Amino acid sequence: MSIQETLNNAFTKWMEGEGPEARIVISSRVRLARNLAGQLFPHLMSQETGQAVVRLVQDAIADPAVREKLGPLFYAPLNDLSLLERQILMEKHLISPQHAQDEQAPRGVILRPDEAVSIMVNEEDHLRVQVLLPAFQLEAAWRMANLVDDVLESKLDFAFDEQYGYLSCCPTNVGTGLRASVMMHLPALAMTNQASGVFTALSKVGFVVRGFYGEGTEAKGNLFQVSNQLTLGLSEIEILDRLMTVSRQVIEQEQMGRRSLMKERPSQIEDMVFRAYGILTNARLLNSEETMFYLSCLRLGIDLGLLHNVSNRTLNELLVRTRAAYLQGDNKGAMDAFNRSLKRAAIIRKALAPDPGAQNNRSGPESLT
Amino acid sequence: MNCEECKQRPATVHLTKIFNNQKTELHLCEECAKHHDDIPFNLSFSMEPNFSIQKFLAGLLESVTVSASDAGSTSAGNGAGSAPASGYSPGVEDPDEAAEEALAAAPHCSNCGMTYSQFERIGRFGCSQCYQSFAGQFEPLLRRVQGNSRHTGKAPLRTGENLGYKREIEQLRQELQAAISAEAYERAAALRDQIHALEGKLSSEK
Ligand SMILES: [Zn+2]
Ligand SMILES: [Zn+2]
Repeated sequence: MSIQETLNNAFTKWMEGEGPEARIVISSRVRLARNLAGQLFPHLMSQETGQAVVRLVQDAIADPAVREKLGPLFYAPLNDLSLLERQILMEKHLISPQHAQDEQAPRGVILRPDEAVSIMVNEEDHLRVQVLLPAFQLEAAWRMANLVDDVLESKLDFAFDEQYGYLSCCPTNVGTGLRASVMMHLPALAMTNQASGVFTALSKVGFVVRGFYGEGTEAKGNLFQVSNQLTLGLSEIEILDRLMTVSRQVIEQEQMGRRSLMKERPSQIEDMVFRAYGILTNARLLNSEETMFYLSCLRLGIDLGLLHNVSNRTLNELLVRTRAAYLQGDNKGAMDAFNRSLKRAAIIRKALAPDPGAQNNRSGPESLT
Repeated sequence: MNCEECKQRPATVHLTKIFNNQKTELHLCEECAKHHDDIPFNLSFSMEPNFSIQKFLAGLLESVTVSASDAGSTSAGNGAGSAPASGYSPGVEDPDEAAEEALAAAPHCSNCGMTYSQFERIGRFGCSQCYQSFAGQFEPLLRRVQGNSRHTGKAPLRTGENLGYKREIEQLRQELQAAISAEAYERAAALRDQIHALEGKLSSEK
């Protein structure tokens, strides 16, 4: 396993497209912020102190006792990767946008071969342990993150205070250091103008709604990430329980929205789904914004039983394969927007082309009566 | 920002519309958004474009510390800034002198050297020890940001056991107080024994 394989392969664990509530929930994420006691935080680090932290962490994951409990993990130094390659890791959600942009201290990412576990080293905090699973699996993600934390803590001296908990660089993460999020596809809420109301309500009870790429990004393609805002005062289990409760409410609201759209405006919805299918399977130029939107229409179409020959897994993979950096993976960043649109459209046409084996029985979307 | 349509209510719905590669933005209140023609297709909602936790926090920090005891360093800063004899362009303080003076005067973290006003500016600490160095100053901020200032979750195993005892003792002490005020003396005696037993475990571990 090497970072090159990770970069070449668009698919990653969270894209599986199957699991609890997979029709609405794309993925579940648990992230823990941890720091080494006494060490300067990454934004103040020199090359030497940054390197020292990297070495401590590398030694920890190479320890036989750690490998026995967590399986093999490999470290990839981000300083050795180009900006484009780092953006690919960001587009796969393995590292944050900030970690991809940052050029300062020595920094890296630790990955488990299936990429469900990724640990950012020297991002805002020394360690950001992230577990990312497909569908609505917050509890499983927490169990894994908790295990990784336990095992690392046996080798590393984490900064912890009895009153303030795990000490983070920014006080918005102090305490549990836990940020849990659920990525949801909410086209019905958006179309019925309920989204802003729902999100305002969520913000009043301590949850934040962000777009597909986290902090500061817009919600494109009707993909919304709901996460806990507070990290101090509640236990990890309480935080997760609350997030699961509100997520279930959002899921329910979205389901109701989808049902009522199908009941009240069936022709418009069908038109929207099949129009999107028609465009994606025929267009020769597609920009990223419209791609996100049409992919959202297809995802809705699958859930409403209108489309049968496309899987959520294919759509999840396309979300990443059609992003700017991934598209030009082998072009070393030389590709302009026009050529990206050209390649994007080609990739989508190919991915959505009916399975050649099944072509005799079925071509294109199943006809509606 | 107010709604672009009615220009009265605050804009809470932010739309980015892309058509033929032309990007237009629309900021509406919820009421006007409901009746807008361009909704619902090919749009993306966002709660607040360019929302940054760090900026938000820096804003909070300012509002919290206006009343705090930081007045000394603030007036010193103003003095340096308005000094007319300085050879630098207007508005730029003498960087070396001002910084050195501030550092000497302001309390700072002995491990990383960061001052509280530096923390206020960037919203981030310099090292884990800063939490102890600035404990008194940043507690109100912590309550404001987190609504709380006490961790109740997981602890590292090595400190966890002792912490577990301490939390249990704290809990029992509260029950003891309640038992005493309820004049349930037998219960109180039992609780006191439990507390003593736990305290014994605590000290034996140190
Ligand atoms: Zn209005
Ligand atoms: Zn410090």
